[in-house]
Amino acid sequence: MDFLNALVAFLNFVFVPGLAYGAQLALGALGVTLIYGILRFSNFAHGDTMAFGTMVTIFVTWFFQSIGLTAGFLPTALLALPFGILATAVMVLATDKVIYQFYRRQKATPTILVIVSMGVMFVMNGLVRLFIGVDDQNFADGGRFLISAGEFKAATGLAEGLSIKGSQAVTVATAALTVALLFWFLQKTRTGKSMRAFADNEDLALLSGINPDRVVQVTWIIAATLATIAGVLYGLDKSFRPFTYFQLLLPIFAAAIVGGLGSPLGAIAGGFIIAFSEVMLTYAWKKVATYVLPDSMAPDSLLQLMGTDYKFAVSFAILILVLLFLPTGLFKGKSY
Amino acid sequence: MKKLLLATAATALMAGAASAEDVKIGVLLGFTGPLETTVPGMAAGAELAIKEVSDSGKFMGGSTVTAVRGDTTCVDAAAAQSAGERLVTSEKVAGIIGGDCSGVTGAVLQNVARPNGVGMISPSATSPALSSAEDDGLFFRTAPSDARQGEIMADILSDRGVKSVAVTYTNNDYGKGMADAFAAAFAAKGGAVTLSAPHEDGKADYSAEVAALASAGGDVLVVAGYVDQGGKGMIQASVDSGAFSTFYLPDGMYGESLIQAIGAPLNGSYGSVPGTDSPGAAKYLEVAKAGGFDGSTAYSGESYDAAALMLLSMEAAKSTAGKDWTAKVMDVANAPGEKIYPGELGKALELIAAGTDIDYVGATSVEMVGAGESAGNFREYEIKDGKFETAKFR
Repeated sequence: MDFLNALVAFLNFVFVPGLAYGAQLALGALGVTLIYGILRFSNFAHGDTMAFGTMVTIFVTWFFQSIGLTAGFLPTALLALPFGILATAVMVLATDKVIYQFYRRQKATPTILVIVSMGVMFVMNGLVRLFIGVDDQNFADGGRFLISAGEFKAATGLAEGLSIKGSQAVTVATAALTVALLFWFLQKTRTGKSMRAFADNEDLALLSGINPDRVVQVTWIIAATLATIAGVLYGLDKSFRPFTYFQLLLPIFAAAIVGGLGSPLGAIAGGFIIAFSEVMLTYAWKKVATYVLPDSMAPDSLLQLMGTDYKFAVSFAILILVLLFLPTGLFKGKSY
Repeated sequence: MKKLLLATAATALMAGAASAEDVKIGVLLGFTGPLETTVPGMAAGAELAIKEVSDSGKFMGGSTVTAVRGDTTCVDAAAAQSAGERLVTSEKVAGIIGGDCSGVTGAVLQNVARPNGVGMISPSATSPALSSAEDDGLFFRTAPSDARQGEIMADILSDRGVKSVAVTYTNNDYGKGMADAFAAAFAAKGGAVTLSAPHEDGKADYSAEVAALASAGGDVLVVAGYVDQGGKGMIQASVDSGAFSTFYLPDGMYGESLIQAIGAPLNGSYGSVPGTDSPGAAKYLEVAKAGGFDGSTAYSGESYDAAALMLLSMEAAKSTAGKDWTAKVMDVANAPGEKIYPGELGKALELIAAGTDIDYVGATSVEMVGAGESAGNFREYEIKDGKFETAKFR
């Protein structure tokens, strides 16, 4: 019984939140890694692209809610998601046309493109704040809990409760579906194959008749889709505020780099590694330890490695360790 | 020069005598600086009480009272000290109403009031540090110390039989000060704080913070934060993960928006906000209106009370010397005795002259505790069926 309580406490406070957060990071990191692999630069505007997509989705969600169109148990935002993706795709394609294309034609180095993407980041940053403001926005609806802590306790008779929020379940399911679709697209379709060829060797790809403009466009559309989905899921599960999306850039890049930039599989692994490291290193293990250990060994201290204020420091530390000892990441990414 | 010396000596001799004279009271507030919008209401309050006493003709055998203003600037200790110095040495004030901000108040107390033996009553300095400052018994305040709510929280929780709590506070001076004051007071009552952890405002996700608090355990989660900021996020995350179900909500967490955001899970939680059910507050508004200003601005009532307390204490001591009247402040402010509300200062003077004990209630239900500071008045509230309900006043 004590062991079960420990397991439930672990699931409730570490595993379930870590899984949902990891899925959100993985989707974000996938977008970053695709841009890096195919367009060959680190897109610092990715966090704000997420914010932009989420903002459009929120506006459409509010419109749907106002005309009474909801998705029952599922959040209305899922219905609005396609519109958010569409708007974001149009926006990044326009950005590419107006800004990035110029530098691509100049054969600008990746360093210059990184700085350009920072400029784009600031503009998007401002746009989002201009339209929706800097405050918290609430747009979650639908079923709040799949299982609530109280129901779980009543059903099992355990002292610990397990709660799974509706948004957490939606996050994990949507992320799994999106990743499956993405991998199918990259492995099986003609366009996906041409994208991978372009990423592996640009010159050979061009010689074999692949249209580079088309590859670039498809890449941007996929990146916008992933960014919007990641942003909406994060906003549903936690809350939407432009500044927190900007801050998400750090764990997302950490995830992409840990997995190996340019490697989609690595981005997913990296997302979960970062998320679980953040949660597990800042979790106070006292409760779990008290259940598992015999009474005589029960801990007095909290068994917390570091305060929760240092969450971002965890991403930073992992980032530095990986860059020092395994610069291309776990899954052998690229480096330009 | 000789004449001046003679005049000074004569005034010094007369001070303390109970013959009719003109008593000067210093009003040392930040007429310029960060509080310049609040201070006019405060000065008007203090001067209203001074005028009321002076006009009654019953003060110290018919003495008149005049207010002399000085500027603390709220932030510049040197400017505040020289203004205080001027009030004491050239204006010969019998007491000082002020200062307003805690920093300059401490400086004036140490460098002007104590060396000259002049009493001070501050209407608005709330720093807990002033409670333990060396004051030779000369310093009082009609505003409660920031630490006071921490004590009230400890009282309410132990009255409800809560033995262990976890505390989360917003990571700034307000939150940290309240959490520390509460932890000390709760420990003194025999309660245990399992973990006192800060949270940052403006984050999207507080599940990690809540997880640590849940691991530490506790019957109630005390949330010393802000209602539209991290405090709300902490409660939401606690409710979502089932970590805590009862919350203690101090003044920063009191707001309708919290009930709207959290909903039913908040039922059964409770907290405290400054507030009073004393008729004095309403009476003061009337008196202020008759005096031609708005008495509802911050610390205006406290200022009226500070001036009234000072003058009534002088009457009780039959002396305007600092060391005499300051000894009477606690007697005048506290029970037992006949209750005195705003606008009744003439009556109070008569009662004192007749030897009747009075209990000055004033605009803010003044009750002096500790080293001479207002206990403050707090409303204990509960959340029932999605509404704030007053449990009682403390």
